[in-house]
Amino acid sequence: MSDVAFHLNGTLVRVADQPPTRTLLDWLREDRGLCGTKEGCNEGDCGACTVMVTDAAGSRALNACILFLPQLDGKAVRTVEGITGPGGEMHPVQAAMVAQHGSQCGFCTPGFVVSMAVAHLNGARDHDDQLAGNLCRCTGYAPIIRAAEAAESEPAPYWMTSDSAFILAQVSRGMPAVSPSVRETAGMGGSAPGAFSPRDSDELAEWYLANPDATLIAGATDVGLWVTKQLRDLAPVAFLNGVEDLQGIEVQGGQLHVGACVTIAALRAAVAERLPSFGELLRRYASEQVRNAATIGGNIANGSPIGDGPPALIALGATLHLRRGDEMRSLPLEDFFLDYRKQDRRPGEFVAGVSFPEQAPGLRCYKISKRFDQDISAVCGCFNVTVDGGRVTSARIAFGGMAGVPKRAARAEAALVGQPWTIATAEAAAQAMAGDFTPLSDMRASAAYRLTTAQNLMLRYFHDLAGVPVSVLEVRA
Amino acid sequence: MTMGKPLPHDAAPLHVTGQARYVDDLPLPGNALHLAFGLSTVAHGEITGLDLSAVRAAPGVVAVLSAEDFAEMPDCSPSAHDEPLLAVGKVHYVGQPVFLVVADSHLAARKAARLGKVTYRELPALLTVDDALAAGSRFEQGPVVWQKGDAAGAIAAAPRIVEGSFEVGGQEHFYLEGQVAAVIPQEGGDMVVHSSTQHPTEVQHKVAHALHLPMSAVRVEVRRMGGGFGGKESQGNALAIACAVVAHRLGRPARMRYDRDDDMVITGKRHDLRILYRAGVDEEGRILGLEFQHLFRCGWSQDLSLPVADRAMLHADNCYHLAHIRIESHRLKTNTQSATAFRGFGGPQGMVGIERVLDHVAFAVGREPLAVRKLNFYRASQEVGASGGDISARMKSQGSGEVDLTSRGAAAPVGSHALPTDGPVQTTPFHMPVEDFIGHELVAELERSSDYQARKAAIAEWNAGSPVLKRGIALTPVKFGISFTLTWLNQAGALVHVYQDGSIALNHGGTEMGQGLFQKVAQVTASVFGVDASVVKITATDTGKVPNTSATAASSGADLNGMAAKAAAETIRARLAEFIADKHQAKASAVRFVDGTVRVAGEVYGWAQVVAWAYQARVSLSSTGFYATPKIVWDRVRGVGRPFFYFAYGAAVTEVVIDRLTGENRILRADILHDTGTSLNPALDIGQVEGAYVQGAGWLTTEELVWDGKGRLATHAPSTYKIPACSDRPDVINVALWGKPNREDAVGKSKAVGEPPLMLGISALMALSDAVAACGDGSVYPALDAPATAERVLMAVRRVEGV
Repeated sequence: MSDVAFHLNGTLVRVADQPPTRTLLDWLREDRGLCGTKEGCNEGDCGACTVMVTDAAGSRALNACILFLPQLDGKAVRTVEGITGPGGEMHPVQAAMVAQHGSQCGFCTPGFVVSMAVAHLNGARDHDDQLAGNLCRCTGYAPIIRAAEAAESEPAPYWMTSDSAFILAQVSRGMPAVSPSVRETAGMGGSAPGAFSPRDSDELAEWYLANPDATLIAGATDVGLWVTKQLRDLAPVAFLNGVEDLQGIEVQGGQLHVGACVTIAALRAAVAERLPSFGELLRRYASEQVRNAATIGGNIANGSPIGDGPPALIALGATLHLRRGDEMRSLPLEDFFLDYRKQDRRPGEFVAGVSFPEQAPGLRCYKISKRFDQDISAVCGCFNVTVDGGRVTSARIAFGGMAGVPKRAARAEAALVGQPWTIATAEAAAQAMAGDFTPLSDMRASAAYRLTTAQNLMLRYFHDLAGVPVSVLEVRA
Repeated sequence: MTMGKPLPHDAAPLHVTGQARYVDDLPLPGNALHLAFGLSTVAHGEITGLDLSAVRAAPGVVAVLSAEDFAEMPDCSPSAHDEPLLAVGKVHYVGQPVFLVVADSHLAARKAARLGKVTYRELPALLTVDDALAAGSRFEQGPVVWQKGDAAGAIAAAPRIVEGSFEVGGQEHFYLEGQVAAVIPQEGGDMVVHSSTQHPTEVQHKVAHALHLPMSAVRVEVRRMGGGFGGKESQGNALAIACAVVAHRLGRPARMRYDRDDDMVITGKRHDLRILYRAGVDEEGRILGLEFQHLFRCGWSQDLSLPVADRAMLHADNCYHLAHIRIESHRLKTNTQSATAFRGFGGPQGMVGIERVLDHVAFAVGREPLAVRKLNFYRASQEVGASGGDISARMKSQGSGEVDLTSRGAAAPVGSHALPTDGPVQTTPFHMPVEDFIGHELVAELERSSDYQARKAAIAEWNAGSPVLKRGIALTPVKFGISFTLTWLNQAGALVHVYQDGSIALNHGGTEMGQGLFQKVAQVTASVFGVDASVVKITATDTGKVPNTSATAASSGADLNGMAAKAAAETIRARLAEFIADKHQAKASAVRFVDGTVRVAGEVYGWAQVVAWAYQARVSLSSTGFYATPKIVWDRVRGVGRPFFYFAYGAAVTEVVIDRLTGENRILRADILHDTGTSLNPALDIGQVEGAYVQGAGWLTTEELVWDGKGRLATHAPSTYKIPACSDRPDVINVALWGKPNREDAVGKSKAVGEPPLMLGISALMALSDAVAACGDGSVYPALDAPATAERVLMAVRRVEGV
């Protein structure tokens, strides 16, 4: 791999001669001796390895165990050692964690401290969401939340804002945040295997056409596990985090146009008010650290039958945009998913973006999983029914977890359209749904549970639109 | 008085700044080796071929070891010597280590371990309790049966019979720090072992055994663990032994840590079981006779399954007096991970069984569950006379040379004696008088403070107006026995040094896994000298300093080690008192050590000044201390005696909400009142209670272990195995400590706190049962199995709805 340069706890570091899929976590612990960052699961689910990464867009928490070194080029990284001040001063969240008895065994604690410090810096006070990606087995979390709350009123220490200040100053002068970037020494045009970091989609399109067997890495929240768990050697790879023209969100003609490299966190912010139920679904998409890394393009392109993005987007009637070389094409999102892990994507073709209506008053997204936060759906049901004059005029219902692909409930939709919007109609649609799906049993749920729940979600949807409380998450003691 | 102060965890400033070191953080010499196991892929089979050529050829590999490389395979078992380090000839579960890779990096070792080509002749695998029962596959010759009174007769004569079958899932420890060990070879073949273990002496013993060394040649050090929960009582042995074998053979330091998935696939978990129950009751819900069958799925090796299953039997009564009871416990051998210790050590399994019975009985007789629970409580302690029937004087323990002395894997029978019977003091199913029962007053206080009755009524009203969502509430009590049931383990040692500048170094046999043990013992020690806790330097557990330690387990850490440290400190204090009193022609008993000063004959001296004088006067300023728990004598084979020094009590009220369409459920509020005696540190105790409650609730709600039909664990990572996350904690959690002194002479009149509060989480399962019952007309009992995932809740809802 060519050189990567980034700031580490306030100091510029250059990294050379590393495999492109060397994780930040291994490098920190093994090469730098920075052992405050812990490995708990090595798959982005426990948060013990959380670090703060800052670029021109701001500071965010990421899991170092599934973060590859080239993804950091030009950014600033702060580990728990850098959350402590240069003179050893404790950050307010550190002091609060001590005072509130927020650590017991202490192994998850550095990860919590970093997540809390980032949230503190960003003024985020939705602590349950900010910390959903940090597991603690000792405390039961209450003292940690007390610590987060206790630190809220303290100002952010100066060293926490210095990364961002430096980068923004560089950018305002038209300078790269940190130079050099990877690509200047990386092979272009596919002649050299290894890592390629395109700066825009034209470069990506050209390179990918020449390297159709390459692995595209956006957030690495799934690909990371190919490396850390399947122990695969991935080459060649392209890192997409520098492809700025795929990171935009635009509103045009009542449609949201979302670039493939838009993170789930950014997408959630964009839809939170326009499509609140979609926003709530994305709140429960993995965790803060994963939402900060994962992209909507990756969520679609990997073709998982249990990804949470596609069911909602299909229910919205989304259009997918693909690019191969200079050739663009668009298709209804549901048509992209052909069979289990088989998508309508040609060699060298990549997901460029997705478009969907910015308003859908009837949209409701329901995620059923063993745990509410940071879990994979057993069933994800998204309903978008339009009722006019008491009759159903259109219905789009899509599910994840019910088939080998994200799939519409065609029979249920047919049972609704043209019928009066009554509980009897909803029950009939639920009955019809039995013909739509033959789900599997696995460690998340049995086939019987999946089907029963999918049918019952049809009834929940009816009650929900009628204003009947249907979510246990909205009940308070 | 330092003792009793709510001081933070001693290592908290190190935790929050990332400076606290765990075994994987220790710098090792540059020539250190890294290890990984190659694992069995079948549940039961003969190894017919082992081709490790690709492993040996993989980049970074230094050596590969398998059965053929050992004349005598080292054993990892804490009990029955039935756990070879590497499979010899046969494999017994998916995940069993078959070969050992030694490489120059952790990643290289992991990658190479995937390249082994093992062929098997598969044998029929016993995966479930039904499989094992049918095949007669079990530990011990047959079921263990304990009885008191005439259960069958009492049930036959009872007006009603309530019976059922209850599946209770296991639990993965999910310590955030996975299993890890590092071994550094020393001169002359000695070994220094750094291990993430709750049981340093066991690791010392097993490493010495593997290398044919005396225990004195092996030193084990444990500064801290990143969580243990029982999962590091015996499960770390294999890593330490593997590292020691490599260090011995190659003369280089070796470190091994399991990747999370490997950890979950290789190591044992909390035992799952099926509980069959048959109760004879009267119309008010009074239990007249009760029969339990416990069907424990123990896995492939014995490990600690016998004492775990014993402890389930010992908690089959919980807070309830059962005059006529029979408990039949089957310890079934299956081709799965060897189930092991987990916080509560069988106690939770026993206790959730009787709470299920009470829930079912209340439903059957149509009475409020709390009223039925109270009706069955043991008689209150204040009604008890002085002569509770001390049987310890009448029983005599006998040792046995055949068992592993460092483990709690087995116990010898003891002599016969006359059994105490139910008199003014009622006895447990194992005939131990319950002299200290505070359940009545504790539950009454919690019922008041949690506003239980009013909320119960409000919930009924709310449910009537809520077609989709239903709430439920339940109060369950806890009575948990404190002591190792293998009596000889109830001992501890400590070593205290006072240096000439007045600073104090403390060492004892307990290990720190997050519970705050070190801080508590430091507070005890500081109190003896009348100094601030910060004067006491806490040092890593080290078998070279304090030998023959028991596992830090059975909630015993502070009780045992606190007393040992106190004894050591008091020895030194007595020397100091004698010295300074002598100088002042005063009595040693009149010397006071308070607030960092020493007061004698009207003079007040600084602590450090007196220490310096004593040093110059050639007074010994170092001492060991020792403690052995009094009063306990016990025969596990017959199920009679006093296994416990005392009981710890608690109770919890949990309120939940469920969705009858999907089974989704949430804990809304928990109110807890827990008995830690006179707390050594209320902040640490509340932390233990809060954390244990959430962990116990997790066991019974979201934490589901799933094996497929081939015996492969499908839930082997946090992506599929779901411990509670931040938002799963109750929105409202009120924790209070009972605060009254332990009637027994435990350290500072405190009570053990590690395990008992875990069982407060049972109230969450019973609250879910209450919410499910609210979906029906009262004719069908929910019979909710555990863990009560959304799926199980929905299936129970459909049962009570008659769908």
